[in-house]
Amino acid sequence: MAFTNYCLVCGGTGCESSKADTIYRELKRIAEERELTEEVQIVKTGCFGFCEKGPIVKILPDESFYVAVEAGDAKDIVEEHLIKGRRVDRLLLKDEERKKHLETEDDISFYQKQMRIVLRNCGVINPDDITEYIAREGYGALEKALFEMSDDDIIEELRIAGLRGRGGAGYPTWQKWKFTRDVKDQAEQVYVVCNADEGDPGAYMDRSTLEGDPHSVIEAMTIAGYACGAREGFIYIRAEYPLAIRRLQTAMDQAREYGLLGTDILGSGFSFDLSIRLGAGAFVCGEETALLASIEGERGTPRPRPPFPAVKGLWGMPTVINNVETWANIPMIILRGGEWFARIGTNGSKGTKVFALTGKINNSGLIEVPMGTTLREIIYDIGGGIRGGKAFKAVQTGGPSGGVITAEHLDTPIDFDNLVALGSMMGSGGMIVMDEDDCIVDVTKFYLEFSVEESCGKCAPCRIGGKKMYDILNTITSGQGTMEDIDRLRKIAVSMQKASLCGLGQTAANPVLSTLTYFYDEYLAHIQDSRCPAGVCKDLVTYTILPDKCIGCTLCARRCPVPCIDGERKKLHVIDQERCIKCGQCYEACKFGAVQIA
Amino acid sequence: MAKMTLDDLRALRDAKRQELNRRKVDEKAIEVIVAMGTSGIAAGAKKTLQAFIDELNEKGIPDAVIRQAGSLGLDHAEPTVEIKMKGMPDTIYGRVTPEVVQEIVEHHIQHRQLVDKHVYDRPAPDMIKE
Repeated sequence: MAFTNYCLVCGGTGCESSKADTIYRELKRIAEERELTEEVQIVKTGCFGFCEKGPIVKILPDESFYVAVEAGDAKDIVEEHLIKGRRVDRLLLKDEERKKHLETEDDISFYQKQMRIVLRNCGVINPDDITEYIAREGYGALEKALFEMSDDDIIEELRIAGLRGRGGAGYPTWQKWKFTRDVKDQAEQVYVVCNADEGDPGAYMDRSTLEGDPHSVIEAMTIAGYACGAREGFIYIRAEYPLAIRRLQTAMDQAREYGLLGTDILGSGFSFDLSIRLGAGAFVCGEETALLASIEGERGTPRPRPPFPAVKGLWGMPTVINNVETWANIPMIILRGGEWFARIGTNGSKGTKVFALTGKINNSGLIEVPMGTTLREIIYDIGGGIRGGKAFKAVQTGGPSGGVITAEHLDTPIDFDNLVALGSMMGSGGMIVMDEDDCIVDVTKFYLEFSVEESCGKCAPCRIGGKKMYDILNTITSGQGTMEDIDRLRKIAVSMQKASLCGLGQTAANPVLSTLTYFYDEYLAHIQDSRCPAGVCKDLVTYTILPDKCIGCTLCARRCPVPCIDGERKKLHVIDQERCIKCGQCYEACKFGAVQIA
Repeated sequence: MAKMTLDDLRALRDAKRQELNRRKVDEKAIEVIVAMGTSGIAAGAKKTLQAFIDELNEKGIPDAVIRQAGSLGLDHAEPTVEIKMKGMPDTIYGRVTPEVVQEIVEHHIQHRQLVDKHVYDRPAPDMIKE
């Protein structure tokens, strides 16, 4: 049996929530009705990355790339495209400038600068079918590792590759593995752990990788088991990722059935198995020592390092722990060699990085670019620029542990070291773009609020320091701040960096320090002029109606929820400042620009 | 499925790869385009399409991709099929019944000879034996 057409429907969480599953079932139903089941294979794949325009349906072999598909479009896709071979133009992405339909991925600028290693199979294969993974060189790395390489060879290959941990700090992966391998003979047990407790606001790289290509992680962990002498591994994933968990479970079951997990893998004599551990969604459990405590059934709080988990981890045994994206790189490194990998990227950071591009950007989505790509390329070429033609203000990387990068640094090549030099960090890869309408003090407050809520409370600097800084920011955004507050912010921030127990506390002050460096003026405006330049901080904003522009259309008065706007038809309207709750509805409603924010 | 040995894994990979490769157009040496306009379908293009799939599978020609297109404009000669491959001129064949498909695969694709009596467009007249 052979198919003439393939219809790939995105099955990532983003598209699923826009009813991709209904589209999938509709396509299947109509294809069955038209007796096409022998000719067309309809596959649900992982995330294509172009979440902005989801749900995505791709038709092969002609590679038509349909965007924002709805269930009602299924009929046209089947009857026009699959039966008659005519592209459904209205579902293609439209290039507004050139007034032209973009037919395939190659035409779409979102994909042109990307390079997919980690996401190599996402949107290509059916994640619920192990044979499709196998067809794409899957388990070839395991085969090579088990039958052609020693543990030293594998670790040496990772060293040559220069792979650094993608979870945030960027520690060289080969060193972690070597530490564990070197002490394995003295230990009764060695463990391998996958950190899939992705918690940064706006980040979903790991979720999509697990949803789209679960076997790549399973294969990599088995290789680590072989290289470091472990027989057992755990995947720690948050319970909020039900789809990823289900696909992972299916993948593990299939791998076991095929003899790629379990005893005597492929007749090599090596045995290894995996199980899933669900996290309850605590941010701190993404910190490796807290994560290990959580797997042991203890409360998820960090402990001081050293000793590092590589030497003393799960139940006191040596433990190799890596993040999902790090794992997903490994099969490709083993297969193609460390040198191949080391050719990609910059001097200190090799390979690619997956980013979740969100915020005020035209094409939000999941992207993978070589290290060393500039922010400008990511934001303007791939991301399509700022939404609504507004001015770019800053991009936040590294989540609550990171900082902001401003327009003057847009041309910095992104890698681990450059981002740290700019006062931010790679983090796991969340990238939130802000425009002129975002107040930087308010954004900083948001991140701090997150850190305060998620602080485990074990050490005082993070527990108390975070809360105090949050309170100070609140004072500043309400217009009550003083210049001493800025000094206090700096002092607390430095103490937290020095004295906190774990990485999360040590970096929780980064958003404050970074914004104080790059947007000091904006803090000053809040404190000295009692003014919020972006018009976000309600206590500092007044809405007034300009007499020369108001034509008395009554729209604002009708929209006002309080209501506090007086005025008759064709007469000037006035806002009662006493009663105004500063919701901004009038500003958005006015079609004549008569409402002014000051 | 029972547990696999190394050989099983390799065999499975090769088998599945061929199947998955059919999804890709890049680097395919041979392109078979079946005109699936209304007139083509009415004249039996679906049977032609199926015949190509079966025939290419049977003869074991993996680097061929079969595509569907709209009408090629030669409605008097439907079903029409265009074959593009290295070493041969782009050729449009007409009145391609499943029997003709066998000839095209054997002569044109495998032995690089035009199936003269069905050529309806492209090669210069002096290439076609009357």
